[in-house]
Amino acid sequence: MSAQPERPTPTLAVFKLASCDGCQLTLLDCEDELLALAGAVEISHFLEASSEIRPGPYDLALVEGSVTTPQDAERVRAVRAAARHLVTIGACATAGGIQALRNFADVDEYRRVVYAHPEYISTLATSTPVSDHVDVDFELRGCPIDRRQLLEVLTAFLAGRRPDVPNHSVCFECKRRGTVCVTVAEGTPCLGPVTHAGCGALCPAYRRGCFGCFGPSGSVNLPALIPLLRRDGLDEDAVGRFLHTFNAAAFDAFDTFAAFDKEQNP
Amino acid sequence: MTVSAPCAVIDKEGLDALVAALVAEGRTVVGPTVRDGAIVLAELTSADRLPYGWGVELDAGRYRLVPRADGAAFAHSSGPQSWKSFLHPARERLWSADRTPQGDLSFTADDAEPPSYAFLGVRPCDLRAIAIQDRVLTGGRFEDSGYGRRRRRALLIAAECTEPGATCFCVSAGGGPAAGPGYDLALTEVVDGYGHRFLVRVGSEEGARLLAEVPHRSADQVTEAAACGAVDAARGRMGRALPTVDLRTLLGASLAAERWDDVAARCLTCGNCTMVCPTCFCTTTEEVTDLTGDHTERWQRWDSCFDLDFSSLHEGPVRSSGRSRYRQWLTHKLGTWHDQFGSSGCVGCGRCIAWCPAGIDITEEVAALHTELGAETER
Repeated sequence: MSAQPERPTPTLAVFKLASCDGCQLTLLDCEDELLALAGAVEISHFLEASSEIRPGPYDLALVEGSVTTPQDAERVRAVRAAARHLVTIGACATAGGIQALRNFADVDEYRRVVYAHPEYISTLATSTPVSDHVDVDFELRGCPIDRRQLLEVLTAFLAGRRPDVPNHSVCFECKRRGTVCVTVAEGTPCLGPVTHAGCGALCPAYRRGCFGCFGPSGSVNLPALIPLLRRDGLDEDAVGRFLHTFNAAAFDAFDTFAAFDKEQNP
Repeated sequence: MTVSAPCAVIDKEGLDALVAALVAEGRTVVGPTVRDGAIVLAELTSADRLPYGWGVELDAGRYRLVPRADGAAFAHSSGPQSWKSFLHPARERLWSADRTPQGDLSFTADDAEPPSYAFLGVRPCDLRAIAIQDRVLTGGRFEDSGYGRRRRRALLIAAECTEPGATCFCVSAGGGPAAGPGYDLALTEVVDGYGHRFLVRVGSEEGARLLAEVPHRSADQVTEAAACGAVDAARGRMGRALPTVDLRTLLGASLAAERWDDVAARCLTCGNCTMVCPTCFCTTTEEVTDLTGDHTERWQRWDSCFDLDFSSLHEGPVRSSGRSRYRQWLTHKLGTWHDQFGSSGCVGCGRCIAWCPAGIDITEEVAALHTELGAETER
């Protein structure tokens, strides 16, 4: 086998919509791999790292944040048009984020209550994932995303293969690392059985129940979980709050929870 | 191999000496110890780490540590892990490959000598489970070579059961609280007015050699009678039981049963049952490349029939519903396992019952299938 032919260095661009920047900062947290990454890609647009901006097209665009304004929707269409591959990163970009709580409330009322001059605020009534607006090649979950998984996604796109990012539950990760189940051994409410793996089951390793930062797994049975949360001491309001965090809109998409929520907020 | 030797008795100091001797020989001693509210399996540097004075209270979806006044070390039933965590680990590198400067590929298999394990406190159900995994992973034409290497070097010290848990059902699964074949040494713990001691039976030459190295005495009738009595009594105190019917026939006839819908409504498809099961063996492989593309590794990791991707072909998973996945697990475990490996895949350890967050009980599900289909399968 001969050496690989020379190829132009692929370009990487990072964009953000409504978000806290934590997910794109994960890229800078890849300390040990940062030099290798800088050698493998040409970073064309990454405002957290450099004010030097180069125009597209880009081989790979990472998009953080949700669409909450008409301008966001327009921008993400422009990013899509300039990107060969578009990968969304984080709960905001993949599920609407914590700001999707507005989807269950009256945004005009919020605007009147919070701002002295509500007329200055231009916003949509909902916070939606990027995939509601443009085609997305891959969605990497998490609030924030996991560093190892981000590297896996980047490596996979560089190699032209599918990222190895399993869709199963956090329980798989607890069992693989030998964490004692906090629900069974301590009666702690935990969203692990319905939550997408990826964090390495961080919270249960510290004897906390899973918060669901990574959103729904590939196989969710919320009607089976809710009675267990109630059994383990959460009242109806607390169950609602437990599921209404970073991935509220994604968990809400599971019918019976939506019905449950409507009962709570008729 | 069975070596006929008279029974011996060791006391707590003898057990200390046994662990010390194993450690001194360079073995990695693994046994039960208390961590995070459970009796887990972990490396023991000395017998002090054994869960002296701890028992467990079990129920479907519930596990609690409870103190014991008698100070016993092995008066608990199976915990959150099984020995497969060591013999058939959750993640294992199989090989790696590198691109040489000349552009060739060089492959390196991971065939390093594994640790030489000594498992202390293997329950009779788990002895059977190890024998089942031996058949599955090393009995066929293609051996799982990593498992084979670890298994051949492993020493098994069984602990017979005197305190079965509420989720235990080994007797109805064809086993029992007395240790069957496969051990090097078998211990039966006795705590009474005559002291805290362990009846020891020898199952191999290696076991006999080890016993000779630690302070022991010939078994007395009182200790033998107390040990046998406690194990016999345990046989009658199983918390649960499978229906005494031909499970292979029952499961084989169950494909359209309504009960699968009932259990699917409660099943989280989280995969916990398969990962705590001491015989579930399925794995998948992942390819790990680095950013340069010049180095790649193949890792084997536990998989589960509850993972959607487990049955994923082009166009998606074959078993997309929770019903089909739970049915797959149970019909394989109790039914088609016979066709594939010549026995049931269940040893009655009860882990899948205790560690299911939703408390789904395999014995209850089988009983319900029998009630629904009994007439049919008995014809």
